[in-house]
Amino acid sequence: MTGPGASQAAERSLFSGVDARMRRRRAAERRFRAFGIAAVCVGLAFLAILAASIVRSGIPAFSRAVMEVEFSLNRQGYEAAEKELFKTKAYERLLVEFLARELGDLGGGGIDAAALKRIVGKPGAAIREHYRANEDTLGAPVAFRLAVSSRVDGYLKGRVSRETLQDSRFLKLSDLDLVDALRERGIVGSEFSWTFLTGADSAVDNPTAAGVGASVAGSLFMMIVVLGLSLPVGVAAAIFLEEFAQQNRFVDLIEVNISNLAAVPSIVFGILGLAVFIQFMHLPQSAPLVGGLVLTLMTLPTIIISTRASLRAVPPSIRWAALGLGASHMQAVFHHVLPLAMPGILTGTIIGLARALGETAPLLLIGMVGLVARGYPETFLGGFTEPNSAMPAQIYSWSTRADPAFYEKAWGGIIVLLAFLMCMNAAAVILRHRFERRW
Amino acid sequence: MSAAWLLAITLAICALGGFAGRRRALASVGGDARALHSLPVYHGANAAVRSAAPALGLLALWALIQPLWISSVASSAIPKGMDAGLAMAEAHRIAEGIANAVALGAMTPQTAADGAADLAGITAALKEAKQLVTGEISRPILHVAQRIGALEATGGALMAAAVLAVAVGGAAWGVAESRPDFRARPVVERRVRVLLLGAASLAIVTTAGIVLSLAFNTVEFFRIYPAREFFLSLTWSPSFGGGSELGVLPLLWGTVYISLIALAVAVPIGLYTAIYLAEYASPRLRSVAKPLLEVLAGIPTIVYGLFALLTVGPILLGAFGKDGLGWMDSGTAAVTAGLVMGVMVIPFVSSLSDDVITAVPQSLRDGSYALGATKSETVKRVVLPAALPGIVGAILLAASRAIGETMIVVLGAGAAARMSLNPFEAMTTVTAKIVSQLTGDADFASPEALVAFALGMTLFVMTLGLNVVALRVVRRFQERYE
Repeated sequence: MTGPGASQAAERSLFSGVDARMRRRRAAERRFRAFGIAAVCVGLAFLAILAASIVRSGIPAFSRAVMEVEFSLNRQGYEAAEKELFKTKAYERLLVEFLARELGDLGGGGIDAAALKRIVGKPGAAIREHYRANEDTLGAPVAFRLAVSSRVDGYLKGRVSRETLQDSRFLKLSDLDLVDALRERGIVGSEFSWTFLTGADSAVDNPTAAGVGASVAGSLFMMIVVLGLSLPVGVAAAIFLEEFAQQNRFVDLIEVNISNLAAVPSIVFGILGLAVFIQFMHLPQSAPLVGGLVLTLMTLPTIIISTRASLRAVPPSIRWAALGLGASHMQAVFHHVLPLAMPGILTGTIIGLARALGETAPLLLIGMVGLVARGYPETFLGGFTEPNSAMPAQIYSWSTRADPAFYEKAWGGIIVLLAFLMCMNAAAVILRHRFERRW
Repeated sequence: MSAAWLLAITLAICALGGFAGRRRALASVGGDARALHSLPVYHGANAAVRSAAPALGLLALWALIQPLWISSVASSAIPKGMDAGLAMAEAHRIAEGIANAVALGAMTPQTAADGAADLAGITAALKEAKQLVTGEISRPILHVAQRIGALEATGGALMAAAVLAVAVGGAAWGVAESRPDFRARPVVERRVRVLLLGAASLAIVTTAGIVLSLAFNTVEFFRIYPAREFFLSLTWSPSFGGGSELGVLPLLWGTVYISLIALAVAVPIGLYTAIYLAEYASPRLRSVAKPLLEVLAGIPTIVYGLFALLTVGPILLGAFGKDGLGWMDSGTAAVTAGLVMGVMVIPFVSSLSDDVITAVPQSLRDGSYALGATKSETVKRVVLPAALPGIVGAILLAASRAIGETMIVVLGAGAAARMSLNPFEAMTTVTAKIVSQLTGDADFASPEALVAFALGMTLFVMTLGLNVVALRVVRRFQERYE
C-alpha cells in the first residue's frame, strides 16, 4: 500500500479515527442497545410494581382491629335478648350500654352511645355464640376480643383518614376522637387476623368477618378432582401418542385437537361446563366437582404435552434393553420408561395444577361466585358436591362489592393464592433438580 | 341405590374377580407360576377387566341415555300451550326436590307419588326440606314431575341390576378363562392399549363437546333472534325484560381495540427484550431476567384484573382524569385493561421470539459481521428478517391470548358497549359479556342468556383461526432452519 492513493485510503480505514458516518452507526448501535435494556427494565418494573401493590394492599388484610372488653351479662339480660326478634342486635345494644356505663366520660363531655354503636360494628353474633355455649359464665365478667366495625378497622390501618372521611351513618368524623381515646386506653388495638385465614365469606355489610378459609377448601376439593382425573388420563394419552400410536389420520386428528385445546380461551371451557355438566348432565351448580371437571379438561393438554416431552427424553436404549430381555412393549413402557419419566411428568402436572388453581373465568360461569363460600363442607364427599367457591372466584366476588373494605380482603386473598402457587412451583423446581436425570 | 354406591360395588366385584382369577390360575398349576403362559397377575387383570369394562361402559351409557329418554317420555305429558322447555326445567327441579324431601323424611313416598296430592302440602313439605321452590306448583307440572320421579326410580333400579349382573358375569367369565395355557398377557395388553387410545381420544371428545354445546345453543339463539341483527346491529343493549338489541359489532370492536392496545404495549417491549436477552445480555443477566419475566405469564389473571381495577385505573385516572388532563371519567377504561393485558402478554412475545431468534443460524450473523455490519445492523437487517415468520407467529399467539382474556376486561374495562376510538372511554369485550350474560338471573331459554353461546362461538372461531395461522407460520419457520 504505497503511492499517492495510500494516504486517502488510510483516512477511510476503520482503524484511523471516526468519520461522521461511523459516528452515526455507533450511535445507532448504542441507541438500539439502550432500547433493549429499557425494555427489559420496563418489564421487570411492571413485575416490581405488581408485587409492591400486592404486598402493600394485601398485608393489612392479615390484621384486624379488635376491642378488648370485660363484658358481663346477667341471666335476665340474656333471656330478654334471646326473646327478641333480632337477637344479635340485642346483644350489640347491651354491649353499647355496658361500654357507655363503664367508660364514663372518656374523651371529654360524656360518651355518645350512638358513636359507640357505630364503632363496635357487628359483634352481636360472637357474643351470642359465647353465651349460648357457656351459659355458666352469665353474671361473671368475661374477657372478649371483638372485631370492631370495618370503617374503624380501616382508620387504624390508614385506609380511612380524617381528611377523606365523610360523615355517614357508618362513621362520623367526631367518632374518630373516641376511637383515638379508646386506643390510648388500650381498649382498641390490632391483632393478627385468624378470621381472615380460616373464615368463610360474609354478608356484604360485614367485611370484618370475611375470610378465605372456606374458598381454600373449595379450591382444594377442585384440585383433588383435577389431579385424580387429569394425571392418569393425561399420562395414558401421552403414552399412547408417544409409544404406541401409528402415523395415521386419526392420530393426526388427536394431535391437532390437543394443540388447539391448549389455546382455547378458558371462558370457552366454562361454557362447555355450563352446557354439558350442568344443563345436560344436571350435576349440581356451584359444586367443586363440576369446577374440577372443567379445569381437568383445561389442564389435560398441558399435562399431555409435558408428559410426552418427558417420555421422549428417556433414551431409546432403555426400551431396547427391556425388549432384549424379553419384555413386551407394554412392559417395557410401564416397567422402565414410565418410572424414569415420572419426575418430569410430576413436574408438568404440578405446573398444570398451579395454572388450574389460578383460573377464574370458567368458575364464574358454573356459579362458583357470589355468596357461596359460606362455610366448610360437613363431610368429605359433601366437599365435592356442596356449593362452594374457589380462591380466585372468591377474590373476584370481593372485588365486585361496593365496600372498599372488601378490596383489602381481595388483595389479601391474592397473597394467599400466590403463596399456594409459589409453593407448588417451588415443589416443581425441586422435583426437576433433584430427580430428573440427564442422559 | 346412589350412583356412588353402585360404582363402588361394581369396582369391588371387579377386584374380587381379579383375585379369584389370579388364584385360580395359580391353583391350576399347583402354585408353580412357571407352568403358566402368562404371569398370574395378568390372569387376575384379565378377570378384572372382563368384569369392569362392560359394566362401567354400560353404566356410562345408561347414565347418558336415561335422562334423554325420561325427558322425551315425560314431556309428552306437558299440556299444549305451555313452553315445553320451561315446563320441563321446572318439572325436573320439582322432581329433584321431591326426591330429596323423601330422602330427608319431610315427605312420605305415598304423597310423593300421589297424583291427587294437595299442592299446598307438597309446597310446604318441599320448603320444610329446604328445597328450592319457585312460586306456585301447578297440577300438570306436578304430574310431569311425578312421572319423572317414577321413571327415574324404575330406571335406577333397572340400571343397578343390569350393571351388577354384567359385572358378575364378566368376572365369572374371566375367572373361567384362567387356565395354564390361556394367553392372558396379550389379551390384557390389547385392552390396555384400547384404554390408552380412549384417553387420547378424550381430546377429540372435548373439542366435539365444545363445538356441539356452542353450536346447539347458537342455533337455538338464532331461532329466536335474527342472525342479521346479531351480526350487523351496532347496538348492544340487553334488557332482561325482553326487547333487547344484541349486536355483536360493538363487542368485537372493544375486543379488537383493547387487544391492539395490549399488543402496542407488549410487542415493542417483548421484542426488544427478546433481542437484548438473545443477542446482547450476559448469560448471568439472561438467567435472571428471563425467568423473572416469565413469572408475568404465570400470575393468575384475576391478579391482573384486580391490579387493573385498583392500582392502574386510579393511577391513570390521576394522570388523565379531572385532576390531570381531563380526558378520563372513570378508572375502568379500554386503556386500563389494554395496558395491563399488555403486561400480561409480554412474556408470550418475548419468550417465543427469544426461541426463534436463538434458532437463527450463527453463520448468518458471522456473514454479516464479516461484511462490516455492527451488531444492531446485523440484528435489524439479517437476524430479524430471518426470524420474522416466527416472530409473527409469536405475536399472533399473544393476540389470541389477549382476545380470549376474561378477568382483566371484566374488572378493568368497564361495562359500556360502545364503538369509540377514544381509549379513555369504557369499552367491553366478547368475553366480558359472556360472563355478564351467563352469571345473571336470566332464564337459559331467553335470548339474553343464549346470546352468550353465540358470543362464545364467535370467540372460539376467532382464537382458533389465529392459532391455526400462528402455528402454521411458526412451523414453516422451523422447517426452514432444521
